Amino acid sequence: MKLLLTFSRKGRADPGREPVIARVVKETGVLINVEKANIDSMAGEVLIDVPDRSADQIRQRLEELGVSVHVMENAIARDEGECIDCGACISICPQEVFSFDEEWQLRVNSERCVLCGKCIQACPHGALSQQG
Amino acid sequence: MEKSLDLINARIRDGSARVVTADEMPGIVDELGEEGALAEVDVVTTGTFGAMCSSGAFFNFGHADPPIRMEHVWLNDVEAYAGIAAVDAYLGATQEAVSRDQVYGGAHVLEELVAGGTVELRATSHGTDCYPRRSITTELLLEDMNQAIMVNPRNSYQRYNAASNTTDRTLNTYMGTLLPRCGNVSYSGAGTLSPLVNDPEFRVIGSGVPIFLAGAEGMIVGEGTQHSAGGGFGTLMVTGDMKQMHQEFLRAAVMNGYGVTLYLGVGVPIPVLDTGIVRSTAVRDEDILTEIIDYGTPRRDRPSLARVSYADLKSGSVEIDGETVRTSPLSSYRGARAVAQELKARIEAGKMELALPTRRIDPTKRGRPMRETAVTPRVRDIMNRQVISITEDEEIRVAAKRLLRGETNHLPVLDGNGTLVGIITTYDVSKAVVNDGRLRQVRDIMTRNVIKTIPDEPVDIAAQKLEQNNISALPVVDATNRVVGILSAIDLGKLFGGRRRQ
Repeated sequence: MKLLLTFSRKGRADPGREPVIARVVKETGVLINVEKANIDSMAGEVLIDVPDRSADQIRQRLEELGVSVHVMENAIARDEGECIDCGACISICPQEVFSFDEEWQLRVNSERCVLCGKCIQACPHGALSQQG
Repeated sequence: MEKSLDLINARIRDGSARVVTADEMPGIVDELGEEGALAEVDVVTTGTFGAMCSSGAFFNFGHADPPIRMEHVWLNDVEAYAGIAAVDAYLGATQEAVSRDQVYGGAHVLEELVAGGTVELRATSHGTDCYPRRSITTELLLEDMNQAIMVNPRNSYQRYNAASNTTDRTLNTYMGTLLPRCGNVSYSGAGTLSPLVNDPEFRVIGSGVPIFLAGAEGMIVGEGTQHSAGGGFGTLMVTGDMKQMHQEFLRAAVMNGYGVTLYLGVGVPIPVLDTGIVRSTAVRDEDILTEIIDYGTPRRDRPSLARVSYADLKSGSVEIDGETVRTSPLSSYRGARAVAQELKARIEAGKMELALPTRRIDPTKRGRPMRETAVTPRVRDIMNRQVISITEDEEIRVAAKRLLRGETNHLPVLDGNGTLVGIITTYDVSKAVVNDGRLRQVRDIMTRNVIKTIPDEPVDIAAQKLEQNNISALPVVDATNRVVGILSAIDLGKLFGGRRRQ
């Protein structure tokens, strides 16, 4: 399961320069895969992948440490009314989220998505969006 | 054996015609042979569903009271061509609205109308004795128009070049997003289902032939603009009544960083008259070849990176120089199938009969490039030949002096043999001074990855390099990488100071 972590420099619970993720891995023994990180001066966003059964535990511990955690159920959403199954998204996705089924209908494997956003811009029909 | 069109139409009328889609044909010929397939199949339906930029529609709005002779017309802020009588206008699919936040264009207006939505018509005029009105604004539905006739100058390309990109940056093109260093291949066209691929000799596809156009029963006008069937790039000009069209087969689209286009479903029914037609409709994806073109070259004649078939492209990856590159289509194969199947269903139901061309399209014609009478300005025409340069082993303070004395901001850096190895700017020198001055030589601070140009490069392309890289000068090098000039943003200004050559 993917969790989107937001670190804010403004909040009272700001973990500051604490190595939060490393600490949680060490405490829980759960292996966390960091898939994407955007850090700027006032806030940071990190996308992590954790085993489904440990998701609640990790979430709870991170929140205790001052990180806000958002569970990404469906990272990328496809509007079936707009999508015409062209497939322009397929080759530009770094994670191979998109593919065709036997009937040339677009298949979306959103579990692999790392929210890079390339497909959203590339879709000629505005059919893809990121779920917040 | 041969079959007449009359016989085929009689079978369509009594419901006994055997209609198949073009992708079924290779299998049928394998099983029954050419003669057997001729006896068995009466009609092959084709289809394609993809971006067709060269599309649009003529409208007649009816007369207002008092009447107006419209000189400028906008539909939802998208300008339509109104230089045709008083209340007629042609709206092109790729025309973009001037005053909207989002990218919105003619294609969106066409889709809105077909979907049953309201569109705002705005028009202006200078007023005449017979048409006194100066302006009008009104809201219209498709049904309010006297005519809404789609006339598309160029649709249904026989095949199309696939696209890739060898440069270091992502390109936004009409072929979609092309990732750097050949990160992907984008292609268009339905391969075996494409109408013109199934009749490359244009024996039964020609003027007057009924077709499926975005849900309407349309018609082929004749050859499309840029028709170049001699090189395998035939096109069709087609027409159809927008009032019969369905949104399912007419969709506006935006190519990121490029602009608006229209996705259309087009299908042509092919009467199976003889074994020649059996053979041409048995075409497979493997037989349809195209080139992968490098869109990283911003010129008319772009180099080919590989020759591939539609079977290769549809497989999901191809090889370029020994590396596997993922492919993806811009056109919808699922949509193409839906077109061919819908056309098949209509013919089976006796709703559509076939016709032979009233005038044939030339299968050997080739398109020509533009005849240009004005010379395109080249870098050599405006570059500065008095180049002040420096060698990489000089001290930074020498560079600073030279920049000051030469009243320039850029110094190309040369090695011992006089070839270009880097560039430094006044900014680089200032930075080196501020940063504690430990760096001594030019080579310590120079930029090694130099963006450069050649004397023969068109000025427009050099200007694009400056803009894209946010720099203000380009060293001009010859074939051996020796600096022969420098082109600065100031030199470009000369072009606009009235010195543009005739």
